[in-house]
Amino acid sequence: MAVTRASMRSPLGRVFGLGSAKEGVEHWWKQRITAIALVPLVLWFVIAVIGLVGADRTALVAWMHNPMSAVFMILLIVASFWHAALGLQVVIEDYIHGEAMRLTVLIVMRLLCVLFVVRGILAVLKLALAG
Amino acid sequence: MISDPRPLSPHLQIYRWQLTSVLSILHRATGIALSVGAILLVCWIGAAADGPEPFAAFQHFMASWLGLLLLFGWSVALFYHLCNGIRHLWWDTGRGLELKSVYATGWTVVAATGVLTVVAWIAGLSQWGH
Repeated sequence: MAVTRASMRSPLGRVFGLGSAKEGVEHWWKQRITAIALVPLVLWFVIAVIGLVGADRTALVAWMHNPMSAVFMILLIVASFWHAALGLQVVIEDYIHGEAMRLTVLIVMRLLCVLFVVRGILAVLKLALAG
Repeated sequence: MISDPRPLSPHLQIYRWQLTSVLSILHRATGIALSVGAILLVCWIGAAADGPEPFAAFQHFMASWLGLLLLFGWSVALFYHLCNGIRHLWWDTGRGLELKSVYATGWTVVAATGVLTVVAWIAGLSQWGH
């Protein structure tokens, strides 16, 4: 094995490529994937919402009855909160220094994101399937 | 360790503001604002799913001055974060990292945010009349 530079890393650790934080590029990569997904989803949403300005609930229900609208809406909700959870995690880790407080805020933030995603998906499904 | 009580960099009171750092701070700030906006989105679709009365109450709030102000702030934050996010994705490919192009894309993002916000509100308000 030709190791040209002195390294404290084991060969197995180098293969895993997870680094000292044991997370590798997972966080960075997921943030990019959700960001790429959000570009078309946000553009679709803005155009759809402009079309719905001043519309009553009946028009909204009809819009959600369209399978594509419902699918895009669920994807938008999931991608938004996933992306937000990753971003807020970094903000919390940067500014909250006490270990106990940081962990508490991180957990509460994560759970709230899950709560809003579930609430959002159920609302879309109800509008799409029953109205 | 004996530390010299010199001011640490960046010493914010005397640090000169520049486009690059302002846009970076704004990206984070709008990201936090958009997290609140995402909750608003779920409240909207949730109110619609709950029935006509909760939906009417939500629409009544959104048509108020506070609601419209929230909506305007949300749209600015959304367009800024979208445009600057695309700038970040472009950087991720290893391109556009020279100081000159960082400033050029930075001002482009500022202009695009303004244009998109104005266009969206003109389209939205003209739709409101119909």
